[in-house]
Amino acid sequence: MAQNVIDIVVLVGLLAVSTPLLGTYMARVFTNKRAPGDRVFLPVERLAYRVCGVDPESEQRWTVYALSLLAFSLVAVVVLYALQRLQGHLPVNPDHLAAVPPALSFNTAVSFLTNTNWQNYAGEDTMTQLTQMAGLVTEMFASAAVGIAVAVALIRGLTRARATTLGNFWVDLTRILTRVLVPLSVVLAVIFIAQGAVENLHATTMVTTLTGLHQGIPGGPAASQEAIKQLGTNGGGYYGANAAHPFENPTGLTNLVSNWALLAIPFALTWTFGVMAGNRRQGYAVLGAMAALFVTALVIVAPLEAAGNAHFAQAHVTQATTAASPGGNMEGKEVRFGPVLSAAFGSSSTSTSTGSVDSAHDSYTPLAGGVLLFNMMLGEVSPGGDGSGLYGMLVFALLAVFVAGLMVGRTPEYLGKKVQAAEMKLVVLYLLLVPLVALTFSAISVVMHTSLASLGNPGPHGLTEVAYAFVSASNNNGSAFAGLSANTDWYNTTLGICMLVGRFALMVPVLAIAGSLGRKQRVPVSPGTFPTGTPLFSVLLIGIAVIVVGLTYFPVLALGPIVEHLAGKF
Amino acid sequence: MTATLSMPEIPDAPVPGVHGSRRRGASFDGALVRRALLDSVSKLRPRHMARNPVMFVVEVGSVLTTFYFFRALPSGTFQDNLFTGLVSVWLWFTVLFANFAEAVAEGRGKAQADTLRRTRAETVAYVQRGDAVVEVPSSQLQLDDRCVVVAGQLIPGDGEIVEGIATVDESAITGESAPVIRESGGDRTSVTGGTRVLSDRIVVRITSRPGETFLDRMIGLVEGASRQKTPNEIALDILLAGLTLIFLLSVVTLQPFAIYSGAQQSIVVLVALLVCLIPTTIGALLSAIGIAGMDRLVQRNVLAMSGRAVEAAGDCSTLLLDKTGTITFGNRRATVFVPMPGVETSDLASAVLLSSLADDTPEGRSIVDLAEHEYGLGAPDVPGAELVPFTAQTRMSGLDVAGRSIRKGAADSVRRWVEAQGGTAPAELSRVVEAIASGGGTPLVVADGPRVLGVVHLKDVVKPGIAEKFDQMRTMGIRTVMITGDNPVTAAAIAAEAGVDDFLAEATPEDKLELIRKEQAGGRLVAMTGDGTNDAPALAQADVGVAMNSGTQAAKEAGNMVDLDSNPTKLIDIVEIGKQLLITRGSLTTFSISNDVAKYFAIIPAMFVGVFPALQRLNIMHLHSPHTAILSAVIFNALIIVALIPLALRGVRFRAAGAAEVLRRNLLIYGAGGFVIPFLGIKAIDLVITALGVR
Repeated sequence: MAQNVIDIVVLVGLLAVSTPLLGTYMARVFTNKRAPGDRVFLPVERLAYRVCGVDPESEQRWTVYALSLLAFSLVAVVVLYALQRLQGHLPVNPDHLAAVPPALSFNTAVSFLTNTNWQNYAGEDTMTQLTQMAGLVTEMFASAAVGIAVAVALIRGLTRARATTLGNFWVDLTRILTRVLVPLSVVLAVIFIAQGAVENLHATTMVTTLTGLHQGIPGGPAASQEAIKQLGTNGGGYYGANAAHPFENPTGLTNLVSNWALLAIPFALTWTFGVMAGNRRQGYAVLGAMAALFVTALVIVAPLEAAGNAHFAQAHVTQATTAASPGGNMEGKEVRFGPVLSAAFGSSSTSTSTGSVDSAHDSYTPLAGGVLLFNMMLGEVSPGGDGSGLYGMLVFALLAVFVAGLMVGRTPEYLGKKVQAAEMKLVVLYLLLVPLVALTFSAISVVMHTSLASLGNPGPHGLTEVAYAFVSASNNNGSAFAGLSANTDWYNTTLGICMLVGRFALMVPVLAIAGSLGRKQRVPVSPGTFPTGTPLFSVLLIGIAVIVVGLTYFPVLALGPIVEHLAGKF
Repeated sequence: MTATLSMPEIPDAPVPGVHGSRRRGASFDGALVRRALLDSVSKLRPRHMARNPVMFVVEVGSVLTTFYFFRALPSGTFQDNLFTGLVSVWLWFTVLFANFAEAVAEGRGKAQADTLRRTRAETVAYVQRGDAVVEVPSSQLQLDDRCVVVAGQLIPGDGEIVEGIATVDESAITGESAPVIRESGGDRTSVTGGTRVLSDRIVVRITSRPGETFLDRMIGLVEGASRQKTPNEIALDILLAGLTLIFLLSVVTLQPFAIYSGAQQSIVVLVALLVCLIPTTIGALLSAIGIAGMDRLVQRNVLAMSGRAVEAAGDCSTLLLDKTGTITFGNRRATVFVPMPGVETSDLASAVLLSSLADDTPEGRSIVDLAEHEYGLGAPDVPGAELVPFTAQTRMSGLDVAGRSIRKGAADSVRRWVEAQGGTAPAELSRVVEAIASGGGTPLVVADGPRVLGVVHLKDVVKPGIAEKFDQMRTMGIRTVMITGDNPVTAAAIAAEAGVDDFLAEATPEDKLELIRKEQAGGRLVAMTGDGTNDAPALAQADVGVAMNSGTQAAKEAGNMVDLDSNPTKLIDIVEIGKQLLITRGSLTTFSISNDVAKYFAIIPAMFVGVFPALQRLNIMHLHSPHTAILSAVIFNALIIVALIPLALRGVRFRAAGAAEVLRRNLLIYGAGGFVIPFLGIKAIDLVITALGVR
C-alpha cells in the first residue's frame, strides 16, 4: 500500500514540476517568442514552410483556420484508410497480414484521426508494422497537434482584442510537432526501450512453451508508439492488450511514466493559457477545476478497487494483500500494477481522452466503472485530451460565466470578452452534439436486435457496456469497457460517426467562438468584473460541468452502474 | 461652453434613492390581478406560447397528458386516473402560472397606459396660416405648423416654443404638480402634447406627427406593445432552448433504456420528467423580469426607449456627470464671511447683508441667507438707499446709503475702486483671496468706501450623500467623471470634495464627445445626462444617454432615455436598476438549473423502483410512492413559479458591492439555495398529497 501511495505522490510531484515548465515553454512556442532550441528547430520549420509553400508570417481568419484543419484531416483519413486497405501489397509486413476489412478500416482511420484510438482489432494480428508506424503513429502525432492547435486558437481569440485572425494553422501544427510532441516522444521512447519495451521490426516468433503449446511472440516498434500514445492522449496500443501488455508497458516505472505522460500536456496547457492571457490566475482557476475533478475521481475509484469485490468474498476468494498478490479487486488487472495503480491509470486514461488501458474496465466494481464512464461524459475536461481538454473546459467556463455572470449585474464576460447570443449559440451546439450522438446511438443499440447480440452481459452491466462504447467514442477517449463485441458493421459505423462528431463538430464551433471573441473589444477589469481567476470560479466551473453533464446522463448512469452497485451490494 | 443645467423649476434635486412615488403601490390590487388572470388564459394560444420555447414544450406536454388522461379514463383504476389527471392539471397550472407572471408584470404598465390615453384627448389647435389663425383638430396637425396656445389650453402636440414664455402644467406626464417654465430660445424650449399652459401665450412649432408624439411613444413603452427582446435576453433564451433540447434528448432516449431494463414508461411519466428538468422556473419568469425592470424605471419617472438601454445601464463602467445639478446644487452659495484685520465680523456681515438686499441673483440670496441664519442678523430697514447694479464693466454691485458706499465684487475690481477712493487694500486681502480661489471657491471682496471689510467665500456646495454614492459606484467598478465648465483649479477642488474619480474642466461639447469616444475605445460603456441641443451628439454617442424632459427636443431625440423629473442625479439609480435586472435574471437561472438535481432524485427512483427495488436507496427523500413522488415534483415545479413571481417583479435585493462579493452572496442564495429548497419542498408536498389520499 505504501508503495502505491509513494507512486501516486511521485506522479503528482512530476505533474507539479512539469505543468509550469512545460506550460511556460509552450506559451513561448505559441507566441513565437524566443524559446530554447530555436537554433535546431527554426531551420527545420523554415524548411517545412518552404516545402509546403506556407507563409509563416500570414495569419488566418477562423474560417480559413478551420478549413485548413478540415482539409488536413480529410487527406489524413483518406491516406490512413488506403494504407490499411493496401497493406497486404506494401513492404514492412513480416507477418504477411492481409488488407483490413472496409468497415474496420473506416472505423480505425476515423478513430486515429480523431485522437480517439478506439480499437476494434488487436494490432499485432491485424495491422502491419508499416501501417502502425507510417499510418497510425503519424496520425497520433498529427491528431494531438491538431487538438492543441485548436486550443491555442481559442486562447488567441480570448486574449486578442479586435483581431480578425487566430494564427496560422500550418505554423501552429508545425511548431507543436517540432517543439513539443516529437522531442518529448523521443525522450519517452528511450525510457521505454531502456525499461524493456519492444522496439524492432521482427516477425512473430513461434515458440513451444513448457507445457508443449505453441505461442506466437510478436515483434514490432512498440516503444516508439507507446511514447506518443500517452503523450498525445491517443491511447492506441501496438498490441491488443494495450498498456497491460508487458511489451508495451513492462515495468512499474514505465507505468508511472505513462501515467505522467498522458496527463502532462493537458495540465500544462492550462498554464499556457494563464501565461498567454497575461494573468496566471485565469490559468490556475481552470487548472484547479480540472485537478479537483481528476483527484475526486481517483479517490473514489482507487479505494473501491482496493477494497475488492463483495461477490469474490462470498466465493471465498482471498482479496487480502499478500506477498504474492496486491489484494483488492484483481479481476482483469495485472499483478505488477495491482488495483490502486491500475485505478490511477484507468482514471487518468478516462479523464484525459487517452483511453489506453492497463486493466479491464469491464471488471471494475460497478461504481468505479461508473466513475470512469462519468470521467468521459464530462466531455474529457479533467484535464482532457491534448488541447481538447482545455477548449472543452473553456467552453464550460463560457457557460459558467454566462449563467452566473449575470448575477453580478453585467453582461457576462470572460477575460474581458462579452459572452453574447452568438457565443451562446455555439456553446449550446457544443454541449448538445455529443449527448445527441452518444445517447441516440446507445438508445438504439439497446433495443435493436442485431446490436443486442454484441452484448457480453445482460442487465445493467450490458447497458453500461453499450453506453461506455458510445460515450468513449463520441468523447474521443477510445478506451473500451470490453464485454461488447463492437467489431460489427453497426458498431464500426455508428462509433465512427460518434468519433467524427465528437471531434470536428466540436472543433468548428470552438474555432467559431474563438473568431467571434477575437473580434470583440476587451472590457477593462474593474471591481465590477465577474472574477474568473479565483477558487470560487473553479468551484463554479466544477458545479456547472457536473450538473449539466450529470443531468444529461443521469438516467443512463442510474440504470447502468448505479443500479448495479445498489443491487449487487458492493 | 459652461455645461450648466439650470433648472429653477425643480426644487433642489433629491439625493438618489429618494424618488417620487406617484406610480408606486399599484402592484397587486384586485382589478390588476383579475385582468392578469384573464390574460393568462388568453396567452395560452400557441402562437403566443411559441415565443417562449421552454413554456411551449410544457404546453405541448400538457396537451399530451390530457389526451392520455381521457383515453385511459374508462379503463384505468381510480388511483391511476387520479395520478394522470393531477399531473395534467398541474402541468396546465405550470403554463398558466408563467402566463400569469407575465400578465401581472404587463398589468401595471397597461393600467398606466390607460391613464395616459385619457390625457391624449382630441383638442383643437389654433394654427397660424399666413396672417390668419385657423382651427385644426390636433389629430390633423402637420410638421412645422405653428400653433398658438394661451393660458388654460392644452398644447396640441409635441413641439418647440418659437415665441413667448409660459408656465406649463406637465403633471399629466411627469406626475409633478408644480408648473414648469418653458420659453423660446435656450435649452427649455420643448413642450409636450397633452400638457396644459397655465399662464401667458406661446407659439409652438410642431415637431412630431400626430400618433408619433412623445405621449404616444410613452403609451407604447409602458404598455410593452413595442417590447423587443434585449441582447442578454436573447442569449439567455438560446441557452434555455439549448438546455430544453438536451433534456428532451435525455428523456426521449430514456424510453429505450427503460424498455431494455424491462420497465417501459408511460408517456405521462416521461412528460412529467421532461417538464421538471427543463428550466421552467426561469423560462416562466424571464419576460416578467424584463417587463418589471422597465416598469421600475417608469416608477422612477424614467422612460427607456428600449430594453437594450436598460441592460446597457447595468453594463456601464463610466458615468459622465454634469457638476451643476448633479454633484452640486445649481448655484454657488456663500459659506463664510472672512473679515480683514481690525474689522469686526458683525460689521462685515451687516455690510454684506446691506449690499445684497437688492441682489436677486442666487448668490445674493445665499448671502442674505447666510447673514440671517449663521450670523443672526435681521433684515435691516434702509430707506433712501440707492442701488448700484452689477455691470460687466464695473464687475461690482452694491448700494449707497446714508453716506456709505458699500460695494462687493471681484477682487481686482474692488481693489481698484478702493484705491480710487484713496484707500489701500490690506496685504491680508490677497492672501485670503488666493486661498479661497485655490480651494475652488469664488472670493467676493466687500468694501465700505476706501476700507476693505472682508471677503465672502462663495462656493459650489456638494450635495449631501453624494460622496458615499460615488464610493458605492467605485466598489461596483464604475468610474465617475465630473463634467464642468469651471477652470481646472475650481474643478479639482470640487472633484476632490465630491469624491469623483476624474473630472473634465472647461468642458466643451466636443470635449465631452471626445471623452466618450475615448472611454468607449477602451471597452467601457458610458452613461451620461444632458439637456441642451449641444449635448445631443454626446447623448447619441453614449451607451446610455438620459435626456432631461425639460431639455430640448434635439436632446430628447438623441438620448435613449428621458427623465421626466429632469433630475440628473437619477443616472445612478438607472445604473442600479439595470444591474438589478441582470442580477435577477442570472439568479433565477442559477436557481432553476440547480433545482433539477432534487427532481431527478424524486423521479428516477420512482420510475424504476418496480424493476430495480435497489433504487429505493436513491429515494433519499423517502417519498411515499412512485405516483406521489412524480406528482410532488410536478407540483413543486409549478408552485415555485408562483412563489417567485414577487421576486421577479421586485427584482432581487440589490446592494452596491464588488462583483466578487455579489457573486458569492447570490451563488450561496440562489445556487446552494436552489439545490436544497426543492428537496424540502418536494418532501413537504409529498406529505400533503399523501395525507389527502393520493397513493
